[in-house]
Amino acid sequence: MGKTFARPEAMSQQVTHYCPGCTHGVIHRLVAEVIDELGIRGRTVGIAPVGCAVLAYNYFTFDFQEAAHGRAPAMATGIKRVRPDLMVFTYQGDGDLASIGMGEIIHAANRGEKFTTIFVNNAVYGMTGGQMAPTTMPGQRTTTSPFGRNTDDVGMPIKVAELLAALQTPGYIVRQAVLKPKHIVKAKKAIKQAFQYQLEGKCYSLVEIVSTCPTNWGLTPVEAIKWAEQNMLPYYKLGEYKTPEDE
Amino acid sequence: MQNEVQFAGFGGQGIMLIGKILAHAAMEEGYEVSWVPSYGPEMRGGTAYCTVVISDQPIGSPVIKNPRHLVAMNRPSLEKFSPAVQAGGTLFINGSLIPVGSGRDDVDELNVPVVEIAKELGNVKTANIIALAAFVARSGIVSMDALKASVKEEFSQKPKLIPLNMKAIEAGIEAAKKR
Amino acid sequence: MAKVLMKGNEAIAEAAIRSGCLNYFAYPITPQSEVAEYLVRRMPEVGGVFLQGESEVAVSYMIFGASAAGARVFTTSSSPGISLMSEGISYMAGAQCPAVIVNIMRGGPGLGGILPSQADYFQATKSMGHGDFRLLVLAPASVQEAVEMMMDAFPLAEKYRNPVMILGDGLIGQMMEPVEFPEGLKKEPLNNDAWATSGMDTRKSNQRNLVKSLFLDPEALNNNNLTLKAKYDKMKQEEVRFEDYNTDAPYKVLIVSYGTMSRVCRTAIDTMKSQGVEVGMVRPQSLFPFPEDRVREAADVPHCSVVASIEMSMGQMVEDIERSVQGKKPVKWFGKCGGDVPTPEEVVDFVHTLL
Repeated sequence: MGKTFARPEAMSQQVTHYCPGCTHGVIHRLVAEVIDELGIRGRTVGIAPVGCAVLAYNYFTFDFQEAAHGRAPAMATGIKRVRPDLMVFTYQGDGDLASIGMGEIIHAANRGEKFTTIFVNNAVYGMTGGQMAPTTMPGQRTTTSPFGRNTDDVGMPIKVAELLAALQTPGYIVRQAVLKPKHIVKAKKAIKQAFQYQLEGKCYSLVEIVSTCPTNWGLTPVEAIKWAEQNMLPYYKLGEYKTPEDE
Repeated sequence: MQNEVQFAGFGGQGIMLIGKILAHAAMEEGYEVSWVPSYGPEMRGGTAYCTVVISDQPIGSPVIKNPRHLVAMNRPSLEKFSPAVQAGGTLFINGSLIPVGSGRDDVDELNVPVVEIAKELGNVKTANIIALAAFVARSGIVSMDALKASVKEEFSQKPKLIPLNMKAIEAGIEAAKKR
Repeated sequence: MAKVLMKGNEAIAEAAIRSGCLNYFAYPITPQSEVAEYLVRRMPEVGGVFLQGESEVAVSYMIFGASAAGARVFTTSSSPGISLMSEGISYMAGAQCPAVIVNIMRGGPGLGGILPSQADYFQATKSMGHGDFRLLVLAPASVQEAVEMMMDAFPLAEKYRNPVMILGDGLIGQMMEPVEFPEGLKKEPLNNDAWATSGMDTRKSNQRNLVKSLFLDPEALNNNNLTLKAKYDKMKQEEVRFEDYNTDAPYKVLIVSYGTMSRVCRTAIDTMKSQGVEVGMVRPQSLFPFPEDRVREAADVPHCSVVASIEMSMGQMVEDIERSVQGKKPVKWFGKCGGDVPTPEEVVDFVHTLL
């Protein structure tokens, strides 16, 4: 009998630097499993963001580039345009993608660049120490919103999946989570579908993943999952926002 | 030996184009050439000008304070640029739009109503080619054969326009003689 | 091949294609938009890539990504746009990615103007972005030289795995002059060598490649900077380019000038020669590395009493000249940078104030 649970070939042996209870590890694994299942490791290039996943390249075993804050979609565009046969994905957090990189992500999606974005939304800047992100929930306390996010002052959290789905260019835009096992199964399915569309040269694809940050939220990992379910899921509703089959 | 021609007029009069045609003709005759435009917002409806430098030596400064010749297609250009023309140069004036002369007696002034002539030919757009041909005929800056070849080359993508422009050249040559 | 009459911007575009660079990303800005307008038609004819990015910032990363994936790639812009690209250029230098960047300079600071200028000398030669890095900077003085420098720039960028900048003023881009291209189209294969992220399938070893400028370990970062420094030192040894004018004459004044400005000076030198005044010129063709040795030698002759930096900027080149001359002769400055290119007559007048 073979192994039923093993390290994906696309994932390295290295122990991650992520905090206890962080969901990046789960999401990395889902990406690695999908790359193994599609047999594309030898033709994949990942792009690491700036943020907690800045060192993501240490945890995968295929070619990687490291971008500046928010610029991963522009780099992916450059790679994909000169080598359309490569499978390219950006792995970005919410500060990276939804704040400083908003221009790059909207235009890459709108051009219908044939790469995939894994967008990890945990409602906070992680690596820089828990500052407010464009996705921070109303009233949520962070180091730069110590009295809670004041939406009169800084507006409402940005719903990236909905925003990108509003573009007229065809794409695959979906939001899933990694809070519970059933979420994880659906998240993997979405990631695989996103890569599948890229393999077919069909469209741009983005999988937003509602995630947690126990360290910067000041909660235990279990509390963090509960907080995300209670506060984020009602606002960041899960599901497919756009498929290339849509009219 | 170096010659410089400044072409000046309103944006839309085909100023840049006739400068380019002259530069191309001179290049084909084996000269060194530089075509230096004015560019930017002033091109959109305002004054447009370009300078063509023609030399038998590698060209130094492409920026010319006192050109040898001037082709003025509107009055502001004549007033602005004619004082700078070198003594002994040719000064072409578009008589259709400029009711005055340069007032200089040390240049060879040539006044041609190019718009009226172009209308007679049936296409007012040929006014710039008539002006160029008249100027070249008077100044002798390049040969007429080279000029015709350059015009044909310029319109090679629109061959239907070539016979009309050849007529314009002949009309320009004729107009240069009349004075 | 026969000479063709071409605008500098279009000639630069064609030169890139002739040197096998079939990948271009850019954002429009006066006075260099003709490059994009030319290539949007030309690239499809040669099976190349053309993309108008959403900003110069994005473009700098498009060329970074393409270069890191092993492609020959270039972009063009003008001063304010180059400032925006400086972010990505720093990352490229740090990650050792080759690319060619053309700056057709306009006046600044800020929005400045759109007319010719050399106001980005400091930026190009000393301070292109954050961190310890340099660009190899070539400065053409004619459309033909712009073509030749473009054709050299790609192999140089690859030799050093470092961005190379072609620094031209607005006139180099806007002027039409006869140019000659080498025959035919050189096809450059994509680079699948030891470092590019071309996908593991493109190489024999099972090694994965990583392109990055992040070195959190201080020793590793220091080593990366030492690697870069060694490259810049090698550039200083091997890539210095300059041209002399009238330096066999017993000149009293030595002009140092580059780009279009140097041509204005050439005419001024001819004029003064006919009046019995001898003036020599060293024209740097590479601004980094600066031709320090040649400028020092040319200044350090008995008949030369003063060195003049003549530039379309407010004395930015003076520092490099002073560094080269090492106090042996005084260094004076003349220039303008509002967009009016100084005329030969103005240069003559200035030189007379030095005599």
